[in-house]
Amino acid sequence: MDLIIILQAGVATGTILLFATIGELLTERSGILNLGVEGMMLIGAMSAYSTAIATGNPWLGLLVAILAGGLISQVHAVITIKLQADQVVSGLALTFLGAGTSLVLGEGLSKAGTVSLLPAFSIPLLDQIPILGPIFFTRQSVMVYLGYLLVPLVWYYINHTRPGMHLRAVGEYPAAADALGINVARLRYFYVFVGGALAGLAGATISLAISPGWFSELTTAGQGWIAVGLVIFAQWDPVRAAFGSYMFGALRRLILDIQGPMTLFGMANPFYYNPYLGFFLQMLPYAFTIIVLVIGSREAVRKRLGSPAALGTPYIRGERGL
Amino acid sequence: MPPPMSTDNTAICPVKMVGIVKRFPGILANDHVDFDLRKGEIHALLGENGAGKSTLMNVLAGLYRQEGGTILVNNKPVSFSSPRDAIKAGIGMVHQHFMLVPSQTVTENILLGMEEPRFFLRLKEFDAKVAELGERFGMQVDPRAKVWQLSVGEQQRVELLKMLTLGAQVLIMDEPTAVLAPQEIEALFVTLRAMVAEGKSIIFISHKLQEVMAIADRVTVLRKGKVTAAGVKMEGVTRQELARLMVGRDVLFKLDKTPCNPGEPVLTLEDVYAENDKGLPSLRGVSFQVRAGEVVGLAGVAGNGQVELTQVINGLRRCTQGQVRLNGKEITNRPVLQAIQSGMSYIPEDRTHVGSSPNLSITDNVIMKSYRQPPIAHGWVLDGAKAEHIAGELKDAYEIIAPTIHTPVRLLSGGNLQRVILAREISGHPTFIAAVQPTRGLDVGAIEGVHRLLLAQREAGAAILLVSEELEELFSLSDRILVIYEGRIMGEITGELDTSANVETIGLMMTGSQYVSGALKEEMNRGGENISPGQPQGMVQHD
Ligand SMILES: Nc1ncnc2c1ncn2[C@@H]1O[C@H](COP(=O)(O)OP(=O)(O)O)[C@@H](O)[C@H]1O
Ligand SMILES: [Mg+2]
Repeated sequence: MDLIIILQAGVATGTILLFATIGELLTERSGILNLGVEGMMLIGAMSAYSTAIATGNPWLGLLVAILAGGLISQVHAVITIKLQADQVVSGLALTFLGAGTSLVLGEGLSKAGTVSLLPAFSIPLLDQIPILGPIFFTRQSVMVYLGYLLVPLVWYYINHTRPGMHLRAVGEYPAAADALGINVARLRYFYVFVGGALAGLAGATISLAISPGWFSELTTAGQGWIAVGLVIFAQWDPVRAAFGSYMFGALRRLILDIQGPMTLFGMANPFYYNPYLGFFLQMLPYAFTIIVLVIGSREAVRKRLGSPAALGTPYIRGERGL
Repeated sequence: MPPPMSTDNTAICPVKMVGIVKRFPGILANDHVDFDLRKGEIHALLGENGAGKSTLMNVLAGLYRQEGGTILVNNKPVSFSSPRDAIKAGIGMVHQHFMLVPSQTVTENILLGMEEPRFFLRLKEFDAKVAELGERFGMQVDPRAKVWQLSVGEQQRVELLKMLTLGAQVLIMDEPTAVLAPQEIEALFVTLRAMVAEGKSIIFISHKLQEVMAIADRVTVLRKGKVTAAGVKMEGVTRQELARLMVGRDVLFKLDKTPCNPGEPVLTLEDVYAENDKGLPSLRGVSFQVRAGEVVGLAGVAGNGQVELTQVINGLRRCTQGQVRLNGKEITNRPVLQAIQSGMSYIPEDRTHVGSSPNLSITDNVIMKSYRQPPIAHGWVLDGAKAEHIAGELKDAYEIIAPTIHTPVRLLSGGNLQRVILAREISGHPTFIAAVQPTRGLDVGAIEGVHRLLLAQREAGAAILLVSEELEELFSLSDRILVIYEGRIMGEITGELDTSANVETIGLMMTGSQYVSGALKEEMNRGGENISPGQPQGMVQHD
């Protein structure tokens, strides 16, 4: 087992989580909780893969995934912003809608043949840096590099630009934003769309780059839920979200790879001889997600962690108490 | 500038509202209201809670749309579909609940409403501009401070600065003094006068006669949604007349109260510490006693630990250090049920969500504390008929006005809802009552009723802790007054309470001075020296 290779693969795997987590983070910063990330990712993965097969153009697949994820997210947006229904229930429904739709439309896709993938390449000079070069800049997918760019951009956007300031205001205290002429509903629609688009992108990153193919619901294998948990874990901060995503990516790789060799550090590898141990390890990220979600579901805890104050509550102008 | 009292009819009128009608489900909040504002005046809008003052001004500020009537701004009819439109027309409102984003800085909050900067925030540049502006109007605030770190008085200054930068010519202040200490009120009045001198016009909403007498040039009085006095000059009216216009009958300014005759200590707090919802320290070593048959008032600006204190006493919030004893029994961090069983009553600030269950009937709400015992409970079974019988009796005894005892309490008015809560809390003969803002938002009649019920409990020997932001209420009910600031008791006022010297002293304590054995120790908490750095709750005091 080569640690560098595991970490390199971990960064690639983590990129999937990164897109989904950043997307959900932006949605939540606007005050809307969208639990449908898993469903939107499946839509993205399926539509990207089928488009790439049909047209032979993975870039077109990427674009379709972004649009498909963004579009299906608007179902949630209408239900929670316009109809002001419960965001948790609607998000769960979106998960099933996304999973169901992509399974039906993706039927037979797994045997549809080969597809050209998004390119992978090394970055000259940067790949020469010891340790970091091979991990981050050698033979990575273009999506991985896109992830590196996205994080600082999103961070800067949220904290140092005017639209970012509006985003924060709408998620923290929509009445104040509304009183100054900021269109709360429009911004929330927009950031739900952005969240959906990034989830779609995350899906496409799986099917066209990191672990290519369409394996129905196993394509995402619950990573959408991990992303939802990571947003809480990251305390709604994009830099921490990136850290968490790569860490989880590396962990996922490590758990897979540790079951491969017969010996580990010169001893018999228990994970090779006892598959149940492997299953246990594979369960850990999901167990973590469940724990984070349970903890984060308590409002008092969420407040302490710094969640956007208006997260989960519909905004009604002039409602009493505002 | 024309003299503020100009009666020239041709003059430009910054705001004129004619025949405004606004309904809410089941209530006519504004019934053909006329209101006019002259340039350079402070026009008070006076009325009891629920009279429709905020509603009228929310209409003017574009938050609500009227169902009838017209609004003229600078003699031209306008129709606002959002607060933004009103601001564009030069009308800015400082709401009772500030419209500030707590997690953003002062500058960011001010920039929210402006066209500039277009994309990159350039905070350094704008921080300087905000500081400069504050300087100009004598309202210093740290532009880089996050709003949640500011005291309420400072937040109000931010709101005013925000409105000024947006170019407001007409400023609506909705009950601006409700959250301030007496000295801060003085400072606010100075600021308001300075703005008027710059040619702005101000609408000052209040339900406090004294303040209106002190600051206004003219006054319009609302009662139950109708105008009872339209734009009367202050010189022409007396306090008594205004009170009658506001309430509709003569008002007694004094409550009859028997001399205090305290017995044994009922509630004892020893060095109590607790944290607020954010996990920051909110009580820092609170110790005091409340004895049988006395009312102890707790004064303080909102958010200085009052709510957390009553929650700790009840067992609703964990006490991180210290002891709470009720009737000699330790109840620190014990279940709420244990506090109830040892004779604790709690009249919370939030009537609709903590004090009652809005969708349940009057019956269910009044038996919520007694259903576990006979006569209502027979083992596992509840005797519904008995419960309804008890509820019926309480409804009569406490004069709860509602169609039936089956009415969900969310349909009751504030005063009646409070009577439901009092009926539940008092009918069990408590030995201790914690009452938090028990009259907030009630009209004068309802306030009198609540006060009488509380005093009757004092006669009956209950120990009462009264948390209030209204000094008048504290003065008229309390036997002694404690002042809380940033989770510490700053001092105690005893003896003759209602003196102007005491108002001054309490005001200073509310803003961080300590009062030890009859003397103010100014230095104690100034500049937050006692507050260790990593505790952002330490609102630094600027006065
Ligand atoms: N958003 C609302 N929904 C329903 N009723 C309301 C609303 N706002 C105010 N009211 C009712 O309208 C009346 C006037 O309220 P308000 O204007 O707030 O009075 P004030 O500001 O004079 O205390 C009250 O009876 C209040 O209960
Ligand atoms: Mg009001």
